[in-house]
Amino acid sequence: MVYMNKKSHGNYNPGMHYFALLTAIVTFLLLGLGGLVTSHEAGMSVPDWPNTYGYNLFLFPIGKWVGGVFYEHTHRLLASAVGLLTVALAVWLWLRDPRRWMRRLGAAAVVLVIAQGVLGGLRVRWHMDNLGIFHGTAAQLFFILVCALALGTSRWWLATGEKWPEAPAGLRWLVLGATVLIFGQLILGATMRHQHAGLAIRDFPLAYGQLWPDTSREAVAKYNADRMEIVSENPITAGQIILQMVHRLGALAILLAVAAGAGRAWRQLGGRALLTKLAAGWLVLILVQIGLGIATILTNKAADIATLHVLVGALSLVAGALWCVIAFRRPAAVHPEVAGKAGWARQLGGRSAGWETRDTADLEVCGTNNPPTTSGGTGPAGATYFVPDKAISGVLNESGAMAVNK
Amino acid sequence: MNKILLLLAVGAGAGQWASAADIIGTVTYKGTPPPEKEITPILNDPTCAAMYDGKAPTTHFYRVGANGEFGDVIVSLKGVTGSTGASAPAALLDQKGCLYTPTILVVQTGQKLIVKNSDPVLHNVHLNPTAPENEKANDALINAAQMPNGADLTYTFVKPEKFMKFQCDVHPWMFAWVTIEDSPYYCLSGVDGKFVIKNVPPGKYTIEAAHRKAGAVTQEVEVKDTDATVNFTFEAK
Repeated sequence: MVYMNKKSHGNYNPGMHYFALLTAIVTFLLLGLGGLVTSHEAGMSVPDWPNTYGYNLFLFPIGKWVGGVFYEHTHRLLASAVGLLTVALAVWLWLRDPRRWMRRLGAAAVVLVIAQGVLGGLRVRWHMDNLGIFHGTAAQLFFILVCALALGTSRWWLATGEKWPEAPAGLRWLVLGATVLIFGQLILGATMRHQHAGLAIRDFPLAYGQLWPDTSREAVAKYNADRMEIVSENPITAGQIILQMVHRLGALAILLAVAAGAGRAWRQLGGRALLTKLAAGWLVLILVQIGLGIATILTNKAADIATLHVLVGALSLVAGALWCVIAFRRPAAVHPEVAGKAGWARQLGGRSAGWETRDTADLEVCGTNNPPTTSGGTGPAGATYFVPDKAISGVLNESGAMAVNK
Repeated sequence: MNKILLLLAVGAGAGQWASAADIIGTVTYKGTPPPEKEITPILNDPTCAAMYDGKAPTTHFYRVGANGEFGDVIVSLKGVTGSTGASAPAALLDQKGCLYTPTILVVQTGQKLIVKNSDPVLHNVHLNPTAPENEKANDALINAAQMPNGADLTYTFVKPEKFMKFQCDVHPWMFAWVTIEDSPYYCLSGVDGKFVIKNVPPGKYTIEAAHRKAGAVTQEVEVKDTDATVNFTFEAK
């Protein structure tokens, strides 16, 4: 007998999925515009909020979109669009998606997008540069969230039973660690960008001609005396110099961690496995990101390059995060002891990125006890299967039949 | 009675004037300052670019003459209070040619600072006080829009502060640096490097010369009943 939990997965809804994808893409563009705002030092070019120079946001005359106002005002407009898209997506999920975790993620996205808007507004109203760090960091988290929604509504996610990506625990934790490193690196980056002091170190690969720069008071005074910035004219501090050095070392650590993850995926999963391909793509992103970081220094923080650095950073973070979402959704193998225990599906579900499972009493009989060779995975006897698109769960026995858990 | 008081006050003032002296001197920069940069982004804004005929203006971080005369250095007596700012004429900071003019300015606490927009383009006047009292005193105008030919903005500061940044975020290359002194005993060195601090009462003082990029140096000076001379030299780092 095969069991299916009708409530545990939603049917694929292409409209909803494409809408979620659209929200993710517009969010990515919003990240780019936000990056341009900071790169062009335009964050305070519109002194009021939520109005724009006294006008309603949507009625501000195009003729006045000049200089820094262009970046800040279009950022606000696009942010409004993302807010509306997010609310619409959350309502859609709430009404049509039977998965509780998806509905909750949609609600969380609404809370986060509202918080983001308020943070951005308070940064303007309170004249607090440091709030920009939180604004930039929360933006990255929001991007992960909407990408996860797009993934969760995809046909692939709802029908991965046939080729379920799996990874050993060691690899999963390695990738998760690298992803956390990237997140920390992005916080460092946001902190540097919101100092409004330009580049704290202007040369690469050395730093003020040394492997580790002199950060004595006299040295910093000399650096400031020599700096001739046209914009971002705040003087630099020793702390900012150290921050950039940590950012450089962080980039190296991330490169090693991601390369190790990709290499391990290659060895353990094979070159054709989806997670290996994703890890390889992720490594390419990291290499591009490092190149952009170097270019940011060598171009004296040219606005376009610095903004690309922000965007590829966001893609790097979301690539790692989604890799983890996919890989942690289901462990590579479940210890046989787990099988057969009442409610084991809940345990699996609890380790599977919020996959909603219920007690066996909720399960509905919907098929036969054929092993999941077409709709599920195949493998050695004793291996445990959990097929989310049909919520089949059980242990494959020696004869190839699947002992389904009740 | 009132007449007696008036006479006493005039006498006291005259006595102070008679015994006060000036501190005069020159500020010199030894060495070659870093080269100034062309403000090329100004050409990307059509309205601003129209005022420059295709040639971008340059920064003026180091105003150094052929013989090392060092301008835009603030020379002041440290630790001296007694602002006369309330009765001093207002200082003017203009936005002209999509630049702040002047870029270095000194006012006293209590003195009015008028910010004007002479440009045919919108600017936002965004100041960045480090003293909370100065922020509070100008809370409504910390980041204020100023339309072309818009009304002047008036600021008053209550705490001394060095090099408070004024900026325009619409045109992010626009900066001015306003220093607030708590006494009238200061002077901004001219393009000839010369300065005069007038009517300093007799006494021993620490005199400071501060440049936004080159840093600050101090000396001790004693003022008697004749002018005192103090010269400063900044060396390229």
